[in-house]
Amino acid sequence: MDQVAASVMVDQPTHTITLTVNKITYELKVLPWVTLLDAIREYIELPGTKKGCDHGQCGACTVLVNGKRINSCLTLAVMKNGADITTIEGVAEDGVLHPLQQAFIDHDAFQCGYCTPGQICSAIGLINEGKATTREEIQELMSGNLCRCGAYPNIVAAVQQVNGKL
Amino acid sequence: MNNFTYTQADGVDNAVQEIAGHSEARFIAGGTNLIDLMKEHVMQPEHLIDINSIHLNSIEFLEDGRLHLGALVTNADTAWHPAVEKHYPLLSDAILAGASPQLRNMATNGGNLMQRTRCYYFYDTTTPCNKREPGAGCSAMNGYNRIHAILGTSPHCIAVHPSDMCVALRALDATIQVKGLHGERLIPIADFHRLPGDTPQLDNNLAHDELITGIILPREHFTQHYKYLKVRDRASYAFALVSVAVVATMEEGIITNIRMAMGGVAHKPWRDENAEQWLKGKPATQENFAYAADMILQDAKTFGTNDFKPALAKRAIVRACREATNIG
Repeated sequence: MDQVAASVMVDQPTHTITLTVNKITYELKVLPWVTLLDAIREYIELPGTKKGCDHGQCGACTVLVNGKRINSCLTLAVMKNGADITTIEGVAEDGVLHPLQQAFIDHDAFQCGYCTPGQICSAIGLINEGKATTREEIQELMSGNLCRCGAYPNIVAAVQQVNGKL
Repeated sequence: MNNFTYTQADGVDNAVQEIAGHSEARFIAGGTNLIDLMKEHVMQPEHLIDINSIHLNSIEFLEDGRLHLGALVTNADTAWHPAVEKHYPLLSDAILAGASPQLRNMATNGGNLMQRTRCYYFYDTTTPCNKREPGAGCSAMNGYNRIHAILGTSPHCIAVHPSDMCVALRALDATIQVKGLHGERLIPIADFHRLPGDTPQLDNNLAHDELITGIILPREHFTQHYKYLKVRDRASYAFALVSVAVVATMEEGIITNIRMAMGGVAHKPWRDENAEQWLKGKPATQENFAYAADMILQDAKTFGTNDFKPALAKRAIVRACREATNIG
């Protein structure tokens, strides 16, 4: 590292935080403007969570924080100090796919797959919330996740397969 | 995002003192709008004060029967709170009509009041905007203004307040509870947000050193006759072109009380108490609602790409009133 870069680093107001991601606790040194999404992808090196729009409009960055689905691009890592986070890498257990992962395969609920980690984390959040029973309610409560390939009917079918059975 | 410093406040007084000492500081709660605006360089605070550790996260009845919504309760938890669902279903419906489930899990009640307009030009730092840079000019006035205001505009700004929740709060006559360096004050929702006038940079009347601590809902519940109607460019997850919140009481087909608030038409949730007064004592009919809608919209001014809005607003008002009063 050259001298200029080193002096810039010294002046930065770094915060030390802990994040528990997929049951592993990480201690990170982050600058305040690092989003939770960037901390997960670039610091913890879990690239399953995707950066789509980076503005909370597409849902590709959806993760579960303390069991609730959120857009990780619109929160700062420092604001989530101590939080329990689940990403797509953490939903399968003991080498067995999460029922929603299996349902997405069963229903061919993706083409390019870029939105899929966010779709699955969002669907887990939806099922945890317990507010959707009908197809229409699932459509409405999955509206925060865009799929530009247009796999929506299959995504809704996959969520329907698992909804109420976890 | 620009560089900034960050601290966490552990109490209301501590938060207020800290922000009072730093003119370029902002509070952050859910962050769903502020962080987006910071990424776009529309807002560039030097310092963020995280208020999430302050205990403003409960919903409780006050002794007099009014309901107090903590400023830090999320929009999702508010919409699905049993007391809100039971006594203020209009508010639940309005909140659930806004944003996405992920955003509603993050966004707070205080933040919803404080969210800024989604005017395309306000967001685009390469275009003039009086709200972003007073005196620069308004690009929307002669630009693409499909989502822009038709009521209460000024020559300086035609932006609209984007909230659904606040439209319901206006119909319900909520009160905003704030605390500043000089103590607590209560602001009626009608006086919280501002019209643009010649100070479009000010969205509301909250002082820099004041923190929203809660929202108080009156005892009137309006559980029989209510409707939140939102008209938008796609079926879900879009801002309103026009929205209408209606609450009413009825006796044998006669309107005994009615309040109508509108979103997507002005710089603040819009109400016309003359039109409401005119409807009182009259039968709930299509004709009466249409007459009241004409009263509300008589001073509407359009700007080109939003020329459709008065006609859309009239139909939305009539339909929301019909559905609220059960005449179909």
